[in-house]
Amino acid sequence: MSHQNEWPLWEVFIRGQHGMSHRHVGSLHAADAEHAIRNARDVYTRRNEGVSIWVVEAEKITASSPSDKGPLFDPSRDKVYRHPTFYDIPDEVGKM
Amino acid sequence: MDAAQKPLFEFLLRQGDNALVLGHRTSEWCGVAPILEEDIALANMALDQIGQTQLWLGYAAEVEGAGRSADDLAFLRDVYDFRNLLMLEVPNGDFGRTQMRQFLYDAFQVPWLTQLQNSTDTRVAEIAAKCLKEALYHLDRSSHTVIALGDGTAESNKRMDEALAFLWPYSGEVFVDDETDHAMATAGVAPLLSEIKPLWLETVQTVLVQACLTLPEGDYAQKGGRTGFRHTEHLGHMLAVMQTLQRSYPGATW
Repeated sequence: MSHQNEWPLWEVFIRGQHGMSHRHVGSLHAADAEHAIRNARDVYTRRNEGVSIWVVEAEKITASSPSDKGPLFDPSRDKVYRHPTFYDIPDEVGKM
Repeated sequence: MDAAQKPLFEFLLRQGDNALVLGHRTSEWCGVAPILEEDIALANMALDQIGQTQLWLGYAAEVEGAGRSADDLAFLRDVYDFRNLLMLEVPNGDFGRTQMRQFLYDAFQVPWLTQLQNSTDTRVAEIAAKCLKEALYHLDRSSHTVIALGDGTAESNKRMDEALAFLWPYSGEVFVDDETDHAMATAGVAPLLSEIKPLWLETVQTVLVQACLTLPEGDYAQKGGRTGFRHTEHLGHMLAVMQTLQRSYPGATW
């Protein structure tokens, strides 16, 4: 199938009113990055969801392969000592 | 209505009817735009325009003081009582023409609403301030779309060129001052439209150059929309669709 007449796919990340990080909200088609920002504004922030938008061309994302799930993630399963649940964090530290 | 209030009522109808007619025309794209993303964007713009209509016609109804509401003004007036620009009532044409019209209108609305914020009528100033935020985004979007299509393929450039040639004779009407405009200027409610024209032309020229399009020659202007003197044959058909429910079931609500 030819895709030469289709606009590229962009992944959209929105930083909401609450929270410090941008979260993936979905994808859309657009001719270029600026166009993608505008489309993201109209498609994903209609209900006042966001204060900031990131877009990245989907093909620029390198993803881990599902078949590598075992070797990638299993070894950390039995290392509970890596979780910082055994520490008391002073209030003055604030957000971590 | 006090005779002294008539020009203000007329002025408010012009603002409200522009928003209403453009809003309805834009809403006709809902579900049939070339791609999903543009479909949603156009629906958003239509909703912005209808929201602006409620503000302008709501105030118009108050000024009239005849017990009519914004809805009554929108759905129960006939063609000759409408005061919108002809440019906004003509059929959408293709996607390119719709975007070109939006751009020509947005390029007018931004300097116009900016100055209306200084109106001696505080309600007008408040409504203008609210509408301006939307108009700025609309102009950003429509000007980039006009540039993208004008500076796109040979086919898209040709279509934008045709759109501009079609719409240009309608654009002159925007800036012809009449008695109402002079009354508003004297009262400090609004600037003269002829004072806005150079600002509009500057934006239009800047964008058209980037869009590889040429400003059409000639200043022949189709007039009669904003004065109500003579609308095109298209407005009646549009109103028939827009008003059919209220006409068929008077007072229906949901």
